[in-house]
Amino acid sequence: MSELLKVPTMAEYMAQGKQPDVLFWVGCAGSFDDRAKKITKAFVKLLNKANVDFAVLGTEESCTGDPAKRAGNEFLFQMQAVTNIEVLNDYEVKKIVTACPHCFNTIKNEYPELGGNYEVMHHTQFLKSLLDEGKLTIEGGQFKGKRITFHDPCYLGRANNVYEAPRDLIRKLEAELVEMKNCKSKGLCCGAGGAQMFKDAEKGDKEVNVARTEQAIEVKPDIIAAGCPFCNTMMTDGVKAKDKEADVEVMDIAELIANAQDL
Amino acid sequence: MSIIPNILFAIILIAGIGYFTKNVKKLIRNINLGRDIDVSDNKPQRWKNMARIALGQSKMVSRPIAGFLHIIVYVGFVIINIEVLEIIIDGLFGTHRIFSATGIIYSCLIGTFEILAFLVFVAVIIFWIRRNVIKLQRFWKSEMKGWPKSDGNIILYFEMVLMTLFLVMNATDVQFQAMHSGNVISQFITPLFSGLSDGTLHMIERTAWWLHITGILIFLNYLYFSKHLHILLAFPNTYYGSLKPKGELDNLEAVTKEVKMMMDPNIDPFAAPPEDESGEEEVAKFGASDVQDLSWVQLLNAYTCTECGRCTSECPANQTGKKLSPRKIMMDTRDRLEEVGKNIDANNGVFNDDGKQLFGDYITNEELWACTSCNACVEACPVSINPLSIIIDMRRYLVMEQSAAPVELNNMMTNIENNGAPWPYNQMDRLNWKDE
Repeated sequence: MSELLKVPTMAEYMAQGKQPDVLFWVGCAGSFDDRAKKITKAFVKLLNKANVDFAVLGTEESCTGDPAKRAGNEFLFQMQAVTNIEVLNDYEVKKIVTACPHCFNTIKNEYPELGGNYEVMHHTQFLKSLLDEGKLTIEGGQFKGKRITFHDPCYLGRANNVYEAPRDLIRKLEAELVEMKNCKSKGLCCGAGGAQMFKDAEKGDKEVNVARTEQAIEVKPDIIAAGCPFCNTMMTDGVKAKDKEADVEVMDIAELIANAQDL
Repeated sequence: MSIIPNILFAIILIAGIGYFTKNVKKLIRNINLGRDIDVSDNKPQRWKNMARIALGQSKMVSRPIAGFLHIIVYVGFVIINIEVLEIIIDGLFGTHRIFSATGIIYSCLIGTFEILAFLVFVAVIIFWIRRNVIKLQRFWKSEMKGWPKSDGNIILYFEMVLMTLFLVMNATDVQFQAMHSGNVISQFITPLFSGLSDGTLHMIERTAWWLHITGILIFLNYLYFSKHLHILLAFPNTYYGSLKPKGELDNLEAVTKEVKMMMDPNIDPFAAPPEDESGEEEVAKFGASDVQDLSWVQLLNAYTCTECGRCTSECPANQTGKKLSPRKIMMDTRDRLEEVGKNIDANNGVFNDDGKQLFGDYITNEELWACTSCNACVEACPVSINPLSIIIDMRRYLVMEQSAAPVELNNMMTNIENNGAPWPYNQMDRLNWKDE
């Protein structure tokens, strides 16, 4: 399968004197985490299918600095930001798409003040636009009639008020979209944000991801749809903790759409 | 006619307003202990936010029962206070119901006041039941023990008494009842006093009148010592609330300067720092360990908090039994600010280091590191308070001033520094997924 993926880098584009329409910012999770890499590939398959003229930074990409900033290390964040902005500006990047809401939020909101001004889109928004422009078609396929609930990533939803793009895509799958008790602006966090992903939780009587998974399981979904690699990990762990792996799958929206097309 | 009541009234009025003014000045001084920040941008949007969120109560109704009851009390309180104007004029000039000369308009006004007073009374009773009988969880969290709990109830008692006095005052006003208009509610209270002589009724009416106005003045002065300041501060607080997307944290300017310097190959790292024009080199402190390190808007946030606990009840950390409660972050900030303010009062206007600070003495490590920065608390607050910004500022202090991050986070940050990812993978392997 992998030989089918076309993933040009910005360096290659530059060597040919070309400029892609959009930069795909893969992010650390998308590059290194085994689960998230599958999301990255699913998204690239869709980009290839829709003939999107894109490129990645590849080895020139580096952490946006989000976890450092949320952990309180403003120095490290700004060092990362300034370095990344230099690379992005050298390539004259105008438009960025990413499958990670944390990268999305940081580049969109926190880079401009430091000299990085780009149009930034979350991959669900980008896929939605491909759909609207007729570059991509979605068929229900294997998800027709399945119950799917969407877990709002905090950094996409509350942080940036993006609630509809991922839901529109799920509806296009002809699936039954069911909402959890807490959704949209009242969505419950998966427990990973604010650098919690990288540390043990403080003492309490429950894990946040388990609490959120319980809310999801309550609506009896076949699939918990996610739009963030970290939420994905947290919800997958939650499903394991509740012994529901046989009944409920956690999948990124990009994976759902790619699978529906048998990509 | 004796003018003694008029003089007495004037004295009470001046004393009540005078003491309140004194405390408002103190409040403003305390808020100004915070760092200055520029919030002069986008005034039209700010006015709109204030109109929508504070005046229009738009966020209150996301919880329909509490929201609806709150709107009754809010509207009632604002409108009934028109009556206070009449009371003040009557009190100062010895007139009686001076506005009644407006005839039918007056009847309509008083009628509305009476209905609202009754509704407020009922709403406040329901509030009291929610707090003390149903015992809604958010009113019984650990930070709500002692004074905060009594404070909540005292306010409800105040409102019950004030509304009762208003209705009794009208019910026992023989002349007013004889008009047979405007007494929509009080006419049903009048029979309770049947059989009493006009003289006695007048006594009761006067007593209710005096207690009502002194009660209002006492309540006004109680505000400063209570969580109830939100009835005033909700307005400036929603005006100065953030206009940025919730996900956006501010970039510390002091850090930007240093980072730019480090990244600029043309700057001589050994050169003496440029002298400030004042000759004083102010060493920037990163993050916040005490209230003076916070911005004045964050301090205004703290005074505005009415401890409703919506933030805490939406907080994922709190819901799963962690120590963090965003409401407590705000209450601690206010308590510490009050302590600093009293210290300044006691030392002729200068703060005398008391060996205490917000971090450690009020807010602990464990609370700060439980936050997922999910913004649920910010979203939940009906008056645009941002507890998350204080948590992040205190984390900044811990990490950049104290190097006191949890070990795992230090590992994560070392990885970012060394190989550009929070995990120990080589940056050169970033594109390997393509061929896997």
